[in-house]
Amino acid sequence: MSDHITVDARGLSCPQPVMETKKALEKAVSGKVTVMVDTETARNNVDRFGKSKGWNSSCEATSDGYSVTFSK
Amino acid sequence: MKGLDRILLSRMGPIIAGIAVGILAPLLVHLGNPGNMGICVACFERDIAGALGFHRAAVVQYLRPEIMGIVLGAFISAIIFGEYRPRSGSSPVVRFFLGMFAMIGALIFLGCPWRGYLRLAGGDWNALYGMAGLFVGIGIGIFFLWRGFSLGRAHAGEKGSGLMMPLLSLLLLGLLIMAPRFGAEGSGPIFFSETGPGSMKAPWIISLAVGCIIGWMAQRSRFCTVGSVRDLFMLKDAHLFNGIVALLVAALATNFALGLFKPGFVGQPVAHTDSLWNFLGMVMAGLAFTLAGGCPGRQIIMSGEGDGDAAIFVLGMIVGAGIAHNFNLASSPKGITAFAPTAWALGMAFCLAVGFFMRRRMD
Repeated sequence: MSDHITVDARGLSCPQPVMETKKALEKAVSGKVTVMVDTETARNNVDRFGKSKGWNSSCEATSDGYSVTFSK
Repeated sequence: MKGLDRILLSRMGPIIAGIAVGILAPLLVHLGNPGNMGICVACFERDIAGALGFHRAAVVQYLRPEIMGIVLGAFISAIIFGEYRPRSGSSPVVRFFLGMFAMIGALIFLGCPWRGYLRLAGGDWNALYGMAGLFVGIGIGIFFLWRGFSLGRAHAGEKGSGLMMPLLSLLLLGLLIMAPRFGAEGSGPIFFSETGPGSMKAPWIISLAVGCIIGWMAQRSRFCTVGSVRDLFMLKDAHLFNGIVALLVAALATNFALGLFKPGFVGQPVAHTDSLWNFLGMVMAGLAFTLAGGCPGRQIIMSGEGDGDAAIFVLGMIVGAGIAHNFNLASSPKGITAFAPTAWALGMAFCLAVGFFMRRRMD
């Protein structure tokens, strides 16, 4: 799989952003996954989770939060 | 300041926040707060409900400045670090009732998760049953989360909409200091206990300062006593759980140092020995907290960050405290009341129904 998966986790309560990230990363296996979140807390949680599963991550601020992109 | 903030945001953050709670809470007991109740979000919101006359249990009425401090500390921290983000709209009314039943469950046990851990660290072994109940409640919540449970998305709000809880906190502090007496028959509208746990308090300025420090540290580190257990079980992530271990160890050491560690089941302060209901009360509270996304401490911190849904949960807890005492559902050191099991059954039915039926639409 090398498709670019995008997950919209904006506005979801803990721990749903991380659960959505987990599902997407497991589905992708490798390639690129982008997760959109709206709070710093969700950004940190999602980022920490992805890194713990061996993905590289980069983050950019958007107009209403952050977009975290994982690659492997 | 930048260096300290980086540490609070790191893996050490929850540990530092846990140590702060573990040291400061027993210190507040030493300075006058009730036994093993240096900080208890549920008990203190209940005292606030009583002080406002929402219930008339005369022994538990006080405008606890710790709560206002936590909200204001989290608010100032969120402003300084650019995390103030007004938002709401994730099933607010459901959250209100989750807060209400969480409070009823917590008052059957007599404490929130923070106090549960502080009771353990003070040698109150009844809390073992409460904490076991909390873990089971969180476990049921995790089951629903895996099934796709969700209260839906919150949406960004107007800048001013996140100011309600910080402003309410300032108002309550004003009422605490002025202690107005213009109610009917010369008493109230603010009631302060003259005997019982509500009359036991550290100097308000110290309580407020401790609240602010904890609010700031917990806002930065995302300290959460429910999220910690949830993440450990669900995601095998001990990031937040380390904070709980740190809280327990620090509180145990501080209690020993201050001569507050008194092991046993009988005669513990503001506690009863009904193991089954200590357990069941916290099953309901733990489930409600998990469905709402965090422990009551975390909810007041998020309400300070501008999260309107967390604010509604907190207001639900305050109303729940009024109901718990007016309907005679809250336990006392003598044990649970005759009506508590019925309220518990209703509350569990509600929480389970929310867990079963509120599921995320895939979009």
